[in-house]
Amino acid sequence: MAIQSPTVDIAAAMVRPTAASASRGYWPSVGRRLRRDPVTLICAGVLLLVVLSSIVAPLLGLADPYKTSMIRRLYPLGSPNHLLGTDELGRDMFARLIYGGRLSLFMGVMPVLCALLIGGSLGITAGFVGGKINMAIMRVMDVFYAFPSVLLAISLSGAMGAGTENTLLSLTLVFIPPICRVSESVTTQVRGFDFVDAARASGASALTIVRVHVLGNVLGPILVYATSLISVAIILAAGLSFLGLGVKPPEPEWGLMLNTLRQAIYVNPVLAALPGVMIFTTSICFNLMSDGLRAAMDVKA
Amino acid sequence: MLLYALRRLLYLVPVAFGVSLLVFALVHLAPGDPISAIVPPDAPKEVVDKLKEYYGFDKPLPVQYFRWLTVTLTGDLGTSIGTGRPVATEVASAFGNTIILAIAATIFAFSLAVFLGTSAAYAKSRIVDRLVTMISLMGVSVPHFWLAIVLVIIFSVEMGVLPPMGIGPENSTGWRPDWAHFKHMILPTIALSVIPLGVVTRTVRSTVKETLSMEFVTALQAKGLRDDQILRHVLKNAAPTCLAVMGLQAGNLIGGSILIETVFAWPGTGFLLNSAIFRRDLPILQGTTLVLAGFFMLLNLTVDIIQTMVDPRIKRG
Repeated sequence: MAIQSPTVDIAAAMVRPTAASASRGYWPSVGRRLRRDPVTLICAGVLLLVVLSSIVAPLLGLADPYKTSMIRRLYPLGSPNHLLGTDELGRDMFARLIYGGRLSLFMGVMPVLCALLIGGSLGITAGFVGGKINMAIMRVMDVFYAFPSVLLAISLSGAMGAGTENTLLSLTLVFIPPICRVSESVTTQVRGFDFVDAARASGASALTIVRVHVLGNVLGPILVYATSLISVAIILAAGLSFLGLGVKPPEPEWGLMLNTLRQAIYVNPVLAALPGVMIFTTSICFNLMSDGLRAAMDVKA
Repeated sequence: MLLYALRRLLYLVPVAFGVSLLVFALVHLAPGDPISAIVPPDAPKEVVDKLKEYYGFDKPLPVQYFRWLTVTLTGDLGTSIGTGRPVATEVASAFGNTIILAIAATIFAFSLAVFLGTSAAYAKSRIVDRLVTMISLMGVSVPHFWLAIVLVIIFSVEMGVLPPMGIGPENSTGWRPDWAHFKHMILPTIALSVIPLGVVTRTVRSTVKETLSMEFVTALQAKGLRDDQILRHVLKNAAPTCLAVMGLQAGNLIGGSILIETVFAWPGTGFLLNSAIFRRDLPILQGTTLVLAGFFMLLNLTVDIIQTMVDPRIKRG
């Protein structure tokens, strides 16, 4: 769950193998390499299944994930009508695990997206403009780096109180600094290349240079780094809910389910561990996919 | 060297200032004012005002900040709203318990990670390399609070060999180095060490592998050095990178222990922080966050300095 800031060597990343892909261009060759990577494809398939099933959950004819029943509490796995048993309030586990994907995945992907937008723009600005602006932005980021990421997320959420919006806000704040740092370092490297000087000499404005010459070269490494953060975000969001700081009951969410099912570990231990299996599976798939993407895009990070 | 350490320390001052601002802001991020959390809703206005004055919440924010900062710098972190005891005392005793667990997890994770990472880098067979890569992938992907619950289910509920929670036997007042207390440490230590184990194994493997492909290793082989002698050279060259990652992981472990301490009811800073959040005890929340962030900063500084000492190639200006 720790966020690592990789050192990205953009110069190495930009020397792309041209011999094999000269006729195809960069992105088609990335796609071709991805198609030949079975691990990444399987992970993408699993993730697609989890995401799609959580989106179309109401159409799947599942039991009502909110309907409690005092007599059907903690049914074991494989019970008739309840394939994965029932939870501590008699709600169908299978339905809750599928519905739970909605919030759990949303809380994992959304903060990274927001942080990508904010941290990315801040980092590219800092890297491209340099000087005092760079100093100002990066020193502020240093302050956030003085906190272990989990502590920062928990303290912010703890102060603001539980709730989906507050969790989104605190997780976004946690992910802005690392994305900003990576964006700054790759942009600084790109800025030093001759083609940027050439563009400036031919009279292009700063905005045009960023849009045309910088963005295309830095977006790859930044995106790859951001995808590697999604698994961290999913675990961290589930962790906040597990502490009672995230999603509020009775919403189905994997971290919260893990928390409320803790009282059942003596009665039905396998059931109590199920939501964690979902978190583990999605996080491992996101990690493997990010590794595959990194290899396919030839980003050295 | 000393000059570098001093300069790094000086650089820490503005960061520390920013950290103090952020920690101070925590109280004001909270919905409602901090007093309303501790008085009944029908309390007379005079009592509320009196309490506000007592805690200094009636002054403008900058004044409150500087008052808080000057008091904090003397080591006084305020009074817990929940228990009425000084925050510094509460945090200090909890911090001790966290550190014990963190040290155990660090030693376990780092020694195993160095062993696994090095053997994977050296491995001639693909199986060993694959296995180690798998372990490190698991380490970075597993939700460690879930692993904690699974460990409790296996070793406490099903097998009944290890205690599921607490720092020691029922009547224990604090940690003591005996077997009864060690038994309580085993599960939390394992759960806490999976993330650093995964990350550090990955780093050690790739760094050692990279070092092994350098020309000086071939030169050493040509010179006729034995493998274990070469390993010494390789590890010495791989050390700085690994140390940097280890330092960061050791610090993150302190943050990560919040979830583990909650699962095992381990009376450390994480447990304190968690219970403070639910009692809306903001001084404790503030104090714990400040102490942990301060510790994290000092740890990073120490790692930085050790790194320059280990690696003479790093010239820092």
